[in-house]
Amino acid sequence: MPAEGAMATRLEAPVQEPRNVVGPGEVDLAGVSRTFPARRRGGAAVAALADVSLRARPGEIVALVGPSGCGKTTLLELVCGLQRPDAGAVRSDPAVLMPQRDQLLPWLSAIDNAALAPRLAGASREQARARAHPLFAAFGLEGFERARPGELSGGMRQRVAFLRTLLSGKPVLCLDEPFASLDALTRREMRAWLAGALAQQPRTVLFVTHDVEEAVVLADRVLVLSPRPGHVIAELTIEQPRPRDAADPEIVALRERALRDLGAP
Amino acid sequence: MIAAGIVIVLLGGWEAYARLSGIDSFVLPAPDQVASALWDDRSLLWHNLLVTAEEVGLGVLLALAVGFALAVAIHFWRPIRRGVYPLLVGSQAVPIVIVAPLLLVWFGFGITPKLLIITLVCFFPVVVTTLDALAGVDPDQLKLLRTLDASRLQAFRFAEMPAAAPAALSGAKIAVAVAVIGAVFAEYAGSSDGLGHLMLQAIPQLETARAYAAVVLLAAFAVLLFAALTLAERRLVTWIPRPEGRTRP
Repeated sequence: MPAEGAMATRLEAPVQEPRNVVGPGEVDLAGVSRTFPARRRGGAAVAALADVSLRARPGEIVALVGPSGCGKTTLLELVCGLQRPDAGAVRSDPAVLMPQRDQLLPWLSAIDNAALAPRLAGASREQARARAHPLFAAFGLEGFERARPGELSGGMRQRVAFLRTLLSGKPVLCLDEPFASLDALTRREMRAWLAGALAQQPRTVLFVTHDVEEAVVLADRVLVLSPRPGHVIAELTIEQPRPRDAADPEIVALRERALRDLGAP
Repeated sequence: MIAAGIVIVLLGGWEAYARLSGIDSFVLPAPDQVASALWDDRSLLWHNLLVTAEEVGLGVLLALAVGFALAVAIHFWRPIRRGVYPLLVGSQAVPIVIVAPLLLVWFGFGITPKLLIITLVCFFPVVVTTLDALAGVDPDQLKLLRTLDASRLQAFRFAEMPAAAPAALSGAKIAVAVAVIGAVFAEYAGSSDGLGHLMLQAIPQLETARAYAAVVLLAAFAVLLFAALTLAERRLVTWIPRPEGRTRP
């Protein structure tokens, strides 16, 4: 495996089990690169990430912004252990993915979707529902427990998907453009909802978005990635108290700075 | 409604042709002759219909089970996909008339060779539709399940099987018509009852109307079985709201 060969040259990374050596709720990526081999013979290999280093402290919300195709999703999949880096070390407390599309199972009710992780861990359907039920009330989903995903609005589906992510019990959440499919109004509403949910249930969050405003309103820190192959080109620390208002002049200033870093005219 | 209209037009044309063209009724009986055969031979037809219906019903169920199991095996194990799938395709090209006598020698005149023949002609559409559904499961869905620590088996149980089961039923629906033909072939090859057997006897006896009556019953039974599978599919797929009356045969 090329990944292990590359890591062997680094002193800090034990080769056998590189995950889980960080503290609870921590994520640490050091010099991570990932290249996908050519799909067709004669095609070019695609370098998705080049030498990305980032850390997230326990309970920190880190937003990753960047142009389309800059390897943001790859980054999250690396943290979740769904891919291995070609070079560098990925160390993270167990992480769970909330994918771009909600990926709710259409044949399960909303509550059974939210309670999927406990069921997979061996809980009975009833036990799993009992775990999910209080969160339904707390997160504005009361009364929709029995609804099938097909009967829910886009915003509702994202809430259920987020609860499913929370109920996995993992300390690190990787959210991949969670609101990309929503209309502008629902998006603003969900942004406030997510901020509230994370205030109630603090977790370490890596959060991919191409919406700079969303990043600045929600995150403690914003990392700006370059076009492919992605690497971190700027970092903004946001210290504004929460809840934040997107129209707050300081937030607007930070947003403009992030946009400049992204190379926006 | 439209189906009834088409049937009436076809019957009218048939009746007119049979009466006016001077064609011998041993070659083509008129619909009214078929109708009277249906009535006059009702107990004979009914007895034989039950035999054939049992063969076809069980055969389709068996094909459903075998086809689903094969599709899952092919989906899970790449060597099987490479090694077995082409053989399955090849198996569909083997004419039943060639293997039927062999099955007869091995399994006698009972229901077993009929079930085998019906399964053989029916399982393939089930394999294809099920396999397509299994392959159609969003890979991101499976990734998500992995980050939720689902085992491969759990991923199958929660994501792949619910997608594949209705598809298997669709395959069985495609297979129903072939199943009926398969049953007739199987009975032709050797049997002591069943509608195929009845036809085989009726034609040399110049009871052509009786043979046509058997065909009518076979067609009606196929429609019924198709409807039953549609109903089962609907029962299974409760998560897609569908407009009423659109999926009826």
